[in-house]
Amino acid sequence: MIEFLKTSVSQNAFWLITIVKIVLLLFIVLTVNAYLTWFERKAVAHIQSRWGPHRVGPHGLLQPAADGLKFLFKEDPTPAGVDRFVYYLAPLLALALSLTALAVIPFGPNPLPFKILGQDVYLWIMKSDIGLLILFSITALSVYGIALAGWASNSKYSLLGGLRSSAQMVSYELALTMSVVGVLLMANTFSLQEIIEKQARPDAHQWGFWGWNFFGWAHGGIPVPQIIGFICFFTSAIAETNRAPFDLPEAESELVAGFHTEYASFKFAMFFIAEYTAMITVSCLATILFFGGWHSVFPEAWSIPKYIPSATLIPFGLWVIYDGIKYENIFGKIILPAVGFVMFAIGGTLIALPTVNDFIQPIFWFTAKVFVFLFFYVWARGTLPRLRYDQLMNVGWKLLLPVSIANVILTAAVVLWRSHP
Amino acid sequence: MTPVLLIFFVLAGLAVLGAVSLVLQKHPIHSALSLIVVMVCLAGLYLLMGAEFVAAVQIIVYGGAIMVLFIFVIMLLNAGEEERTDFSKIAKFAGLPLALALTAAIAAAVVKPDQSLHPVTEPVIAKATEQISTMLFKEFVYPFELTSFLILVAIIGALVLAQREKK
Repeated sequence: MIEFLKTSVSQNAFWLITIVKIVLLLFIVLTVNAYLTWFERKAVAHIQSRWGPHRVGPHGLLQPAADGLKFLFKEDPTPAGVDRFVYYLAPLLALALSLTALAVIPFGPNPLPFKILGQDVYLWIMKSDIGLLILFSITALSVYGIALAGWASNSKYSLLGGLRSSAQMVSYELALTMSVVGVLLMANTFSLQEIIEKQARPDAHQWGFWGWNFFGWAHGGIPVPQIIGFICFFTSAIAETNRAPFDLPEAESELVAGFHTEYASFKFAMFFIAEYTAMITVSCLATILFFGGWHSVFPEAWSIPKYIPSATLIPFGLWVIYDGIKYENIFGKIILPAVGFVMFAIGGTLIALPTVNDFIQPIFWFTAKVFVFLFFYVWARGTLPRLRYDQLMNVGWKLLLPVSIANVILTAAVVLWRSHP
Repeated sequence: MTPVLLIFFVLAGLAVLGAVSLVLQKHPIHSALSLIVVMVCLAGLYLLMGAEFVAAVQIIVYGGAIMVLFIFVIMLLNAGEEERTDFSKIAKFAGLPLALALTAAIAAAVVKPDQSLHPVTEPVIAKATEQISTMLFKEFVYPFELTSFLILVAIIGALVLAQREKK
């Protein structure tokens, strides 16, 4: 019996590891989602000179847990006259599609430093030659969750939200796809891993961030900076994820809550998780396509920047300990000092063990860049007023689309000139 | 039964079920949803044959853009449930025999051992996207450009018709 288990485990090691990776990634992403809501509420509050959540736990850190419990235990009424099948299908569809998109995203180049069950464990779930196309096809399908929710709810506000959303997503998908073509012309591949690798110059050890597609100096000769491409990409990506200032499908001042007006309890939470996961996916994509993915900001030959992860973790850990002891309950006595000490210890270990430090570098830079874009999302929501509907359509069709097409033509001309001068 | 064959039968079965439900559903939105199921299953079948690019384009263009427009129009018109009318006379008598004949013809073509049908190999899959683009922009560049021109004409035609109605 044990022999049989052993052989079947070693034969199916790949599948087992993949399943474990999927569960782990889901856990991480859902936690990041939860704390993204906390971060967003905090940041928007500070932009508006408020405190934001600060009652549940220190700095309101347990607010996501409280919200989650509330979502689970709220009454979940189904309104009269809804199309039951589609009404239940819509949130499932939205959540499943946005989580599926994470499967193709590579978080780091190297396998884990040790083998599990005799297999190299890479930091992605699926490596595909058409990774970018898979992401776009999932984006193309993800409009159904919102549109169908609006239609099935049997409410005029929901229907208007669903209508707006489908029109908006069809319009901005064009600009989104067009703005990426410049990057594809330079990389010559749809594989996300290869797109990142191509953003390092052969002499990358001296160049650092100049090789990123945003600056476009990866190949020598004249650079093709994709700054316009990136601005078009990120603007239309904000519109694709239905976030402010393009959140017309759920404009609360006009449509109550838009497409999810009639959804309560956990079905509402599913839309919420889907939206935040889409934000994470878009931030990862912006990092991968334009900002060099896991490549460090600094030239690889420099040794001091390798200690940046430690240099952020150690002071932050010390600050958490210092801030934690002020609380006169379990947080101050145990949890916060313990968390601070763990951070401090991790920072110290990274200095002591160069192998681990080298392994952590790409992951650190990737995560750091992703969080910069997540902050941009929150920043935009806190500071920009919502567009009017005709302005939205004008920006999409008359500004972003022509500008990104011009960017494609320009990039194509330079790439052609480089290969046949 | 190999896993590939299993996946094929699941996808093919779902596609057929979706197609049948597309015809039988009474509400336009349900029919459109069934059509999306068919499209996505077809994309899965292409993927199984190693045509990654075609599969992705199938989902992006047909599953995404075109079907979103279908659903958009159905929602905009707020179309309700359809009433069943009598089938057309020809369909009543000739429908089933014609369908059987078509199925038989396709089945005969598929079952016949043909030299042109052989399993895909790894190198073909690895270069599929490159080959498609080379063929599109070198060998078939004129049909390709003509098709895009045709679509442009159709777009302008639709615009002209819409403008005329407004006056």
